[in-house]
Amino acid sequence: MTATTPLLEVSEIGIAFGGVRAVDNVSFSARPGEVFSIIGPNGAGKTTLFNLVSGIYRPKSGSVRLAGEPVTALEPNRLAERGLSRTFQNLQVFFRMTARENVMVGRHLREQRGLLAHLFALPSTGRQNRESAAVADALLERVGLAALADMPAANLPYGALKRLEIARALAAEPKVLLLDEPAAGCNPVETEEIEKLIRKIADDGVAVVLVEHDMKLVMRISDRILVLDQGRMLAEGSAAEIRSNPKVIEAYLGTHGTREANLALD
Amino acid sequence: MPELLQFCVSGLTVGAVYALVALGFTIIYNASDVVNFAQGEFVMIGGMTTVFATAAGVPLPLAALGAVLVAMVVGLLLHRLAIEPARGASPVTLIIITIGASIFLRGLAQVVFDKQFHSLPAFSGNTPIRFGGAAILPQSFWVLGGAAVIVAVLWAFFNRTLIGKAVLATAANRLAARLVGINTSFVMGLSFVMSAAIGAVAGILVTPITLTSYDVGMLLALKGFAAAMLGGMGNPLGAVVGGLAVGLLEALGAGYISSTYKDAIAFIVILIVLFALPGGLFGKASVERV
Amino acid sequence: MGRLLSHRLAVPLVIALLVVALSFAMPSNFYYRVAALVWISALAVIGLNLLMGYAGQVSLGHAGFFGIGAYAVAVLPAQFGLHPLVAALLGAFATAALAFLVGRPILRLKGHYLAVATLGFGILIAMTISNEAWLTGGPDGMPVERLTLFGWRVRGADTWYWITGGLLVIGAWIACNLVASPTGRALRALHDSEVAARVAGIDVARAKLTVFVISAVYASVAGSTLALLNGFVTPDKANFLHSIELVTMVVLGGMGSVLGSLAGAAILVVLPQVLTGFHDYEHMILGLIMMVIMIVLRAGIVPSLAALFKGRWKK
Repeated sequence: MTATTPLLEVSEIGIAFGGVRAVDNVSFSARPGEVFSIIGPNGAGKTTLFNLVSGIYRPKSGSVRLAGEPVTALEPNRLAERGLSRTFQNLQVFFRMTARENVMVGRHLREQRGLLAHLFALPSTGRQNRESAAVADALLERVGLAALADMPAANLPYGALKRLEIARALAAEPKVLLLDEPAAGCNPVETEEIEKLIRKIADDGVAVVLVEHDMKLVMRISDRILVLDQGRMLAEGSAAEIRSNPKVIEAYLGTHGTREANLALD
Repeated sequence: MPELLQFCVSGLTVGAVYALVALGFTIIYNASDVVNFAQGEFVMIGGMTTVFATAAGVPLPLAALGAVLVAMVVGLLLHRLAIEPARGASPVTLIIITIGASIFLRGLAQVVFDKQFHSLPAFSGNTPIRFGGAAILPQSFWVLGGAAVIVAVLWAFFNRTLIGKAVLATAANRLAARLVGINTSFVMGLSFVMSAAIGAVAGILVTPITLTSYDVGMLLALKGFAAAMLGGMGNPLGAVVGGLAVGLLEALGAGYISSTYKDAIAFIVILIVLFALPGGLFGKASVERV
Repeated sequence: MGRLLSHRLAVPLVIALLVVALSFAMPSNFYYRVAALVWISALAVIGLNLLMGYAGQVSLGHAGFFGIGAYAVAVLPAQFGLHPLVAALLGAFATAALAFLVGRPILRLKGHYLAVATLGFGILIAMTISNEAWLTGGPDGMPVERLTLFGWRVRGADTWYWITGGLLVIGAWIACNLVASPTGRALRALHDSEVAARVAGIDVARAKLTVFVISAVYASVAGSTLALLNGFVTPDKANFLHSIELVTMVVLGGMGSVLGSLAGAAILVVLPQVLTGFHDYEHMILGLIMMVIMIVLRAGIVPSLAALFKGRWKK
């Protein structure tokens, strides 16, 4: 597969809730090694789009292809098997488990599944547990949570939980990673760390699709940007193109005050 | 045909009691998220208190009124002494507390009253009314009429009074209700008192037909719970329809299929309905929010 | 990881030590018998706790599975001359098959709807048992052939104490193994967030079905054991009151705690024995104790006390 072949192709996808077209005819693609960002005002349909792509909602129209294969409306676990993983805007952490165990759950697909071996603690299960724990520890180290590995997730601060979700998603060794506001609630130092982390993930050949409100982060990190407004595609292009697009400026701050809009988009 | 009518009337009569128990579940559940398994005990308290008060010479209307008041006090105490102190506990913990309360109230009834079966004289005599070839007990009309009056009063309460609207607001969003100045603890207490009163009335009305004893509560609670779920948890209309449906299913099942399996027939239908409609008859399909 | 592994073995070890230690403190056969009843209940409760406490799926029908196990060792030897152990094994297989068949549609339901569906299913089993008198003896129950192992007739409360205690330790060991395995992590994950579990690649429907079947087999084995111990079965162990009792034991002792399952079973088996001295006040006291425990120790006895001691320790 060459670098230009898209890993994720979304074509003309759409869904409506109670007559309102939350996502309407949206198409985009993401290639390995690139960071593709989706931005837009609140309620633009960014998270809904993620839910459509990751199989949580069934699209009413359109299609999704993963690594060239049609995967529209497959269950999230089937999509995970084909290499798609994601994080959540409103945190879906396993609060009763430790940080390490959370990441170990992310290894699920790579783990040996023999039920009898699990029930009777055959040596293979012990090996499996140790292997998953080692991978989890390495990932926690990578996202800067190594010191909190044994802490119950319920006791972790918000920013740490965001990074924990990234570590859990990475544990599955995905080809496509959807990140829903990974920097929300993070201070500038943490945001910078997350930026480096995302860059590194993309450099490893993963197609990263990012939804994020921190415009500075988006403008710095994105190879391409898609702007959504009221469920529709408003614009697509590089950071520079998006920043100077009048339609985008209007959508962000109304017709008045391009100066503020420029500030918001800078 | 007369046979069918006969089964329907007796089914609706029992169903009206299930509907009232299910309504009680719904009111408390909406106000507090508690599934109150002591709901059946209110029915028992209503019936047993009336039986013992009339036996002591109190005229029936006064005895019935007293029984409802007793149940309301028990409902209030249940909320203040058992539910309120455990505020914020998980739903299962609260359910086990109400099961404990149910066992406690059963034990209390066993001590205060006795372990015998009791009946009340029918309010308007026992001469069956002939209707379309079926013989209908006058007490059936009392039960059905009583249930209809309660539903009408509840409807008026929730839609026409300020307190009723406060209860609905609390059911819709507890935090928002508290923010606009509704005393949600009072609303929860009120919901227990109202459910207790409704249960007690059901118990008083149905005792002349079905008898009562200290331990009738648990089975009624389960049937009422099943009825509420059949209708869709939290939906008052669903509770009434669910209750009547369970009563009808039991009566028709017992009449036409097998009297020993009548409970089973009702539950088989409930299972089939839930497989088709996982949120009950009147439940909303929910969209996952992530 | 080392800590987790040791926890996996520590719990069954603690239970084993408890079984051995208590055996020195048994004044009479009556006490052996009550203890054996506790071990049997605890076995069923551990199974139900795997479903409720770890995977977060309620069942108000587990007494039905318990009843199938109990009646398997009563009916199969009487009708077909099978050895009671073979009958128990067949009972466990039949329970697993039934749980597998009904589990898929039932487990699509959530929360209270799942509760009412399992309740209905349990009631169907209980009604079949008490109505098919030609096979089961109906409401009066039926005798169970005494267990004979290699010509040795198993009898005596102390013998049953050790057999049931051994079964409990094995059951606890298997449960702890499961919890600490990839399957166990999948179950605990779907309890906290089904969406995140699915995104992590977990087949949630399949995971729920797996633990439902496992917990049903626990109930069946416990039922068979109780029937063999008593030498008699009655339908009341299959009915919904017993289901509610099992759920109460799980919550009282502590959801998601194997030791808690033992504590919950111990309280609800031993208390009624103690309270018989109070005659008519028995139910009042039992109900009161249940309420007080749940109000004071909201997460259940073992988890709440553990948290309390941990807090003390840090101070």
